[in-house]
Amino acid sequence: MSEVATGLNAAGIRADARRERNALAGLTSPTFLVLGLLLFLPVGWLFWLSVFDDTGLTLENYRRMVVEPAYISIFRTTFELSVLVTALSVVLGYPVAYMIAFLPPRAASICLTLVLVPFWTALLVRTYAWLVILQRRGVVNSVLMDWGVIDEPLQLVHNFTGTTIGMLHIMIPFLVLPLYANMRAIDRDYVRAAASLGASPTATFWRVYLPLSVPGLAAGTVMVFVICLGFYITPQFLGGGRVTTISMKIQQNIATYFDWGAASSLGVVLFVVTLAVFWGFSRLFPLRRLTEVGGP
Amino acid sequence: MSSGALPIAVRALERRYGRVVALDGVDLDVAQGEFLTLLGASGSGKTTLLMILAGFTRPDSGSVKFGGVEMIRTPPHKRNLGVVFQSYALFPHMDVAANVAFPLVLRGVASAERERRVRSALEQVQLGELGSRRVDQLSGGQRQRVALARAIVFEPGILLMDEPLSALDKKLREQMQIELRHLHQRLGTTVIYVTHDQREALTLSDRIAVIDGGRILQIDTPQRLYEAPASHFVADFIGDSTFLPVSVRNGVARWREQVLQTARPAADGEYQLVLRPEKVSLGAAPAANLLNAVVEEVVYQGDSVRIDVRLAGGAVVTLRELARAARIAAMPAVGSPVRLALDPADTVLVPAP
Repeated sequence: MSEVATGLNAAGIRADARRERNALAGLTSPTFLVLGLLLFLPVGWLFWLSVFDDTGLTLENYRRMVVEPAYISIFRTTFELSVLVTALSVVLGYPVAYMIAFLPPRAASICLTLVLVPFWTALLVRTYAWLVILQRRGVVNSVLMDWGVIDEPLQLVHNFTGTTIGMLHIMIPFLVLPLYANMRAIDRDYVRAAASLGASPTATFWRVYLPLSVPGLAAGTVMVFVICLGFYITPQFLGGGRVTTISMKIQQNIATYFDWGAASSLGVVLFVVTLAVFWGFSRLFPLRRLTEVGGP
Repeated sequence: MSSGALPIAVRALERRYGRVVALDGVDLDVAQGEFLTLLGASGSGKTTLLMILAGFTRPDSGSVKFGGVEMIRTPPHKRNLGVVFQSYALFPHMDVAANVAFPLVLRGVASAERERRVRSALEQVQLGELGSRRVDQLSGGQRQRVALARAIVFEPGILLMDEPLSALDKKLREQMQIELRHLHQRLGTTVIYVTHDQREALTLSDRIAVIDGGRILQIDTPQRLYEAPASHFVADFIGDSTFLPVSVRNGVARWREQVLQTARPAADGEYQLVLRPEKVSLGAAPAANLLNAVVEEVVYQGDSVRIDVRLAGGAVVTLRELARAARIAAMPAVGSPVRLALDPADTVLVPAP
C-alpha cells in the first residue's frame, strides 16, 4: 500500500476501490453520526453538569459519593444486587442454553421462542405481575400456606429478595442468547472425541465443554451485569423502598431535589464503571475468540 | 503393541431412523491387527456403523464384541478405542501436547511417563517439535497427525477412523495414505477405516467391505474386490467401468452374437461384461477377445491419454493409454475404425442387475 501502483489501468482501478469505500462510508455514516451524537453529547453534558455549579468548578458531587454513608450504601446495594442476579442467571441459564444447544433444530427453535416470550411483554407489566405473584396474599404464599409448608406468609416482595427474583426473570434471556449462540457453534465431535479418549460425561463437561463455552458465558455475564448496574424499574417497584440502586438515586436527585449536579456525577460514575467492566472482560476474553471457537 | 490389538465381531446389527434403514442386519468379522475399510457412498450406512462401534450411536439391536467381550451397552468412554474424526476434533483450548496428553491424564498416568509417551506419539507421526503449538497454528496435515497421535497415545486395541484424510489436498492425502500404512504396520492395531474414496481404500486396506443401503455387499481383499467384483454395484462403484450386456447359453458367453472367452465359466443366464479403461487396449493381440469400434474422442490428460470408442450397438467404452511419446504419435484419429483387445483373463462377468 505504501507505493502507488503505476501499471496498466492502475489509476482507474484505484478510483473504483475508492468509490466502493466511499459508498460504504456513506451508508454507515448516518448511524455513526446518530450514535456519536447520542453518546458523546449527553455524556459530555453530564460530565459538565457534575463538575460545574453556580459557583464554578467543584468536585463536591464526587466527594459526597466517597464520604457520605448513604451513597456508599447505594453503591454497595447496586453491586450486590448485580453480582447476585448475574450469578443466579448463570446457574439457572447455563443448563437451559446447554439443553437447547443439544436439541434438534425444530425443538430448539420452540424452546428459544419460550425463552424470548418475556421480551414480548412490557417491562412494567412483568414487574407488576411479579408483585401480584409474590405479595403477602399472592399466588406463591397462598399455595405454600394451603399446602401447610408455611404458617406465616413469606416476605417475598418489597425487599431485596423480590427485587432479585424480578430482575432474574428479566435477565436470564440476556444470558441464554449469547451462550446458546456460542454453544451451537461448538462441534459435537469435541464431545465425542473426549468420550472416545476416556472422559466420562462429567469429565467431558468440565474439561472440554465448559472451557469451550467460556466466550459465550463471558459475553452473557457481562451483558447481564452491565444491564443490572443501571436497572431502575424493577428495584423501584419490587424493592418497596428498601432497595435503592444508583439509577433510583439519580431519579431521586432530579425529581425530588432538582440536583442535576448530584445526578450527573452518579451517571458519570456508572458510565465509567460500565466501561471498566467491559474493558476488564474484553482483556480476559478477547472478542475475536468468540468467533474462533468451534472451528476446526 | 500388536499383542494388544483386538478382533471385532459384529452380529445382526440393525439401526433405523424412522422409516429409513441405516443398517440392515450387518455381520462383520475383523481379525486382530487387520486394516479393514468400510467403503460406500454417503448415506450407505458406513458412518452409522462406525458411530455404533465407537458407542456414539445406539443401534436398535445387534451385538458388537471387541476381543470376545460384548460392548453393545458399554458407553463410549469405557470402550478404550482410538477414534480419528473427519474434523480432527482437536480441543482448541489446549496446545498440541495437552491434546495428546488428554487421554493419559484421564487414565491417571504419572506426569514423567505421560511426557515420555506424548513425545513418542508425536514422533510416531513426525511432529516431535510441535508440542507447544496452539491448535490453530497448525496446517491441515499437521492437525491430522496430532489427531492420530492423540488416538494412539493410550495404545488402544482398536483404531476407528472416519474419513480422516478427506479434508487434505490430493498430494498430502496420498502421502498420508502411505504413512498410515507404515504406522499400521508398526503398531499392529486393528483398524476400521471409513472412506468414500475407492483409491484410498485400495491403497490402505487388508480387506474392504463395500456397503450400500445398510448392507455389506462384498468383503474382500483389494485385489479380489477389483478383479472379481461379485455384483454390478461393486463393479460400478470401484473403478471406471463400462458395462456390456452378455448372455450365457450352453456355457458360451455372447455379446451381440460375438463369442467371448471369459475369465471364469458362468452358468447360463444374463450378465454384464465389466470393461475397465486399463484392461482394454487398441490393436489385435493373439488369443484376445477382439471388438470392432470407432474412435469417438481422444483427450490428452498428462500422464495418460483417454480414448472413447463407440462399439457396434452404440455403447461407448473408455480406455486409457499411458502417455509415452511413441504411443502419442500412434494415436488413432477421431472417426477411424479400431479393434479393442480384451484378454480373456480380464473378461469379467457380473450378474445383470
